This record gives sequence, C-alpha cells and structure tokens, in this order.
Amino acid sequence: MTVTVERGARAVAKHQHAGPRRPRTRDSYALFLLPGFLAFLAVIIVPFLMNTGVSFTEWQGIGSPKWTGLANYRELLDDSEFWASFRHSMFMVVAMAAVPTMIGLVLAAALFDYIAKHFGSKWAAVLRACFYLPQVLPIAVAGIVWSWILAPDNGSLNELLKAIGLSSWQQDWLGDPDLALYSVMGVMVWVQIGFPLVVFMAGLQRVDPLLYEAAELDGAGWWRRFWHITLPQIRPEIYVVLTWCTIAALKVFGAVYVLTKGGPGGATDVPSYFSFSTFFEKTQVGYGAAISTVLTVIILLLSLIGLKLQTRAEDAEEGVRA
Amino acid sequence: MTTALRRYPVLVALCIAALFMIVPFLIVAVNAVKSPSEYSANGPLSLPKGFYLDGLKSFWERVDYGQKLFNSVLISGSVAVLAAILSVLNAYAIGIGRIKGRTWVLAFFVLANMLPQEALVYPIYYLSKQVGLYDTRLSVIIVFTVVQAAFGTFLLSSVLGQFPREIIEAARIDGANKWQVLWRIVVPVSRPTIGVLLVFFFIWTWNEFLLPLVMLISNDNQTVSVALGVLQGQRLMDATMTNAAALLGVLPAVVFFIVFQRTLTRGIAAGAVK
Repeated sequence: MTVTVERGARAVAKHQHAGPRRPRTRDSYALFLLPGFLAFLAVIIVPFLMNTGVSFTEWQGIGSPKWTGLANYRELLDDSEFWASFRHSMFMVVAMAAVPTMIGLVLAAALFDYIAKHFGSKWAAVLRACFYLPQVLPIAVAGIVWSWILAPDNGSLNELLKAIGLSSWQQDWLGDPDLALYSVMGVMVWVQIGFPLVVFMAGLQRVDPLLYEAAELDGAGWWRRFWHITLPQIRPEIYVVLTWCTIAALKVFGAVYVLTKGGPGGATDVPSYFSFSTFFEKTQVGYGAAISTVLTVIILLLSLIGLKLQTRAEDAEEGVRA
Repeated sequence: MTTALRRYPVLVALCIAALFMIVPFLIVAVNAVKSPSEYSANGPLSLPKGFYLDGLKSFWERVDYGQKLFNSVLISGSVAVLAAILSVLNAYAIGIGRIKGRTWVLAFFVLANMLPQEALVYPIYYLSKQVGLYDTRLSVIIVFTVVQAAFGTFLLSSVLGQFPREIIEAARIDGANKWQVLWRIVVPVSRPTIGVLLVFFFIWTWNEFLLPLVMLISNDNQTVSVALGVLQGQRLMDATMTNAAALLGVLPAVVFFIVFQRTLTRGIAAGAVK
C-alpha cells in the first residue's frame, strides 16, 4: 500500500522532467485539492492535534481540562496495565503479521507453482477464495462466530474434542487467563491469512516462468525453488504485507472487544482497547489521549521503517534489472 | 502414474486446510437452522433434521435487522461514492495537475491515513456533540469519507500520474476547461480503478467497528457490525440466537465476496503493490 505512494510520487517526478510544461496553468489545479484539504483538516488534523493537546491535561470530558504537562506520560511508564497491553500487542504482531506471512508464502507458492501447474488455475482460484473469505467478514461477526465456537459449554471446539476422544483437552478457551491470549491469536491467524496469500499470488504473476522452468531442468526441488526464486522475487510484497499487517495488529480493536473485552483480568488487553476503555468507561480522557498518542508515534515510526525497507528492496531490485 | 500419485497429497493437504478455513461458516449455517431443542439434544456438530427458521425470524425482529442493514447500506454506499469523488478531485490535482509540492501533499494524505483512529476518536466524539452531529449516520459518513479518500488519493494519484498527456492536451486545445477534462475524459478512462475503489470503500466501511460503536448509540442508527458486536458483548443471546445473528452477519459479506471476488483480489494486489 505504501509502495503505491512511493512509486506514484516517483512516476510523477519522472514525468516532470519528461517534457516542457506550461507553468502558468499548473497551480490553478490546486483548487481541486481544496475540498479534500478542508475535509482532512476538520476530520483528521484538528482532532489529532486536540488529542495530543489533551494528553498533556487531566480531563473528565466535561468542564475545562487541567494542564498537567507530562504527568500522564510519566504515569504511563509506571502503569503495568499499559505495559501489559503493549506486550499483548507484540503477540498480536506474531499472530497477525509474522505467522500469516509465513503461511501465506508457503500457500501462495504451493498454489501458484504446484496446484495451478498440475491441476489447473481453477483449483488454485477456488482454494485461494476459501482462504480469503474470512477477510471480507466484519470483525464483529467473526468475533461472534468464534466466541460461540470456543465457548466452554457446548462450544463446537470442545464438542469436537469430545467426539474424537480427547475430552481431557477441553478448555475454557476465552475464559482462562492463561489461554485467552493464545485463543485470540488463533482467531486472528484465521482472519488474517487471506491477505498475504492474495498479495503474494498477485506478486508471483510477474515472476518470469522461465526462471522456474530453468531451475526445474537443473533438478531443483520445490523447496529450493521456493528459497531461491519465490522468496527473493517477491521481497517487495513481503515488506508491504509485513508493514501493513503489523500496523493492523497494533490497531486491533474489534476482535478484542467482541471476543474478550480485554479480559479475563486484562489477559487480552491491547493498547487500542485500553485507550477506548480509558476514554469511555473510566472517562480519564487525558490519560486515554496519552495512550493513543504513544500508539500513534509507534505506528508512524513503524510505517517509516516499512517504507524505507520497501524502497531499498525496490532499488535493489531495479539495480539487478539494470 | 507415480508422479501423479506424488502430487495428490499436496492437493489433499491444501483442500483440508481450505476446509478448515470455511468450517466455521458451515457450522454457523448448520446451527442457525436448528431448533433450540434439537441444539440442546444433539449439540453443535450434528446435522440439522429439519429446516427451522424461527430463530432467524425472531432475531431479525428483535434487533430490527432490516433497519441495521439499511443503515449499513446507506452509510457504506454514501461513503463509497463521496470518498471516490474526493479521491478523484485530489488525485486530479496531484497526478494530472502536478501541483507544486505534490510529494508533500501526498505524504500528508498518507500520514493522515496511517493515524490510528484511537487518536482521533475522542475529539471526533466531542466535536460532533458540539455541532449536533453525535449519534447521526451523517457523522460516520463524513469521517469515513475522509479516511477512505486518503487511500483513494494515493492509489489514484499514481494511476493518473501515468495518464496519457496527449489526450488531455488535445481536449484543452479543443477548448475544454479543466472541469470538463476531469469529468468527460479522466473519470471515464479511469473507470476500472474507480470501480475497485468503490467496492473497497463500501466493504471497508461496512466492516468498521470502533468509530460506529462510539458514534452510533441509538438503535435506529446502528450498523450491522455494531449491532451484532454490542449484542455479543452483552452476552444476552442463547446459542441458536447467536447462530442466527452470526449467519445474518455473514451472509451480506459472503454475497459481496461472491459478486466482487475478482475486483477484490485484483484490488488488494493493486492497492498493496502497484
């Protein structure tokens, strides 16, 4: 997604040098930007600045905010709930970015280089559709489905375990503080897999089939082709997916709200849910604003790193081609 | 023959994995048409003996699901159209007009798109109360129009950056003004990309949860996602009702998916790596 910008900007920059332009007419195009700019100001920039401002105050949402400087941030440093929520975020990054990317890579390569080749592209398309389906589901609906499947009494998973004679494995999947986070992670892997798969399969279409044929003639097995052709060829896509999914993981809210509400006992609390409950349940608006400001800074930093890695990968790729 | 035999295990393994992905949908569908007594007698894994639709019906009436569907369609549809228009206007200035400092303008939109909604939600809640937009569908439409337009702006800007100049120059020479060039030439030619954007904006907005949860508290304004999420949070429902709710939530998504499958998979790829 971020690549789009980079390439777009670059394409634009290239065009600039391409031919003579009439500078006289150029700037009146800025008028077309006016509605977008004003809307952005009102809906994104002003609220964001307000949020940042409020984070330096103590405020209940009514009356006037009391300026307290960095007090909220100092309090955050000592708040074990805050640190726990970020630790859970790291688990979410594993479940929503790392694992789906790895599984997506193997699946995409298998579908592209094996199923499509030996059984036809129809099989590959149908299988891809099955993996992608959870991605179009509203997360609230996915949450309902899974909280019912994972229910302790009469839940499908526990019933299934009983049916295959593993009654001792039955658990209160979402209600046990030691298990709840892993259960939520499992659900998120299910939700997330389709995205990397689809992006990787699209990326593989631009790989020269001759590369695979040559490798196959040289006797390279499937795994060697995967390591030496598939992986290097779609590296830009891997960076995009990792950046994009990591950001999504840091922002995860709906799933936690519907599955566990951060419980049991804060075992699945994440920063976005933590800030939400601080805003609207505890009405400590200043503190909630500080949490969301920290989250924003982390997300912007990660986006920049992701963008950097992508452009470096692209430059390297272009260097090879040149 | 031996190679064929070697190939099938991979296909079978992938089919099993795919089955695992859709099993939750199947269990929900199966249980949504069971009667409560059948459910409690045989559990969630048995096949339904009959076709019992009262659970679906009573859930539909209880939450006034028709109204929720209408709200979701109204909000997502308006956002899709408005955000596409806003994206086209922005991208026209950036990609075709090549205004000064466009890299920075683009960066501004990207940055705005990256901001987590958590960092906007309270001020938006507060400001909308001040101007009387709180708990209106319009408030959610406005916010998501802007959020989605950020993505649309940078996807379309790169597409329009490669727009053939000759066509525009020719139209200008024929006396068309910028506005006419935009609507008569740029928009029709870019229709495929705009189509992808419309589908995406619609589905993304349909699936949004945090902001609608905060902004739409009255029953008459809630979207499908919020209504189901809130019900689930209260844990007021029995098992058959939960399944009816889940099935009714899943169905619109599956319908979109089947109708727009090509657009979706193509669009995802275009959006991620263009």
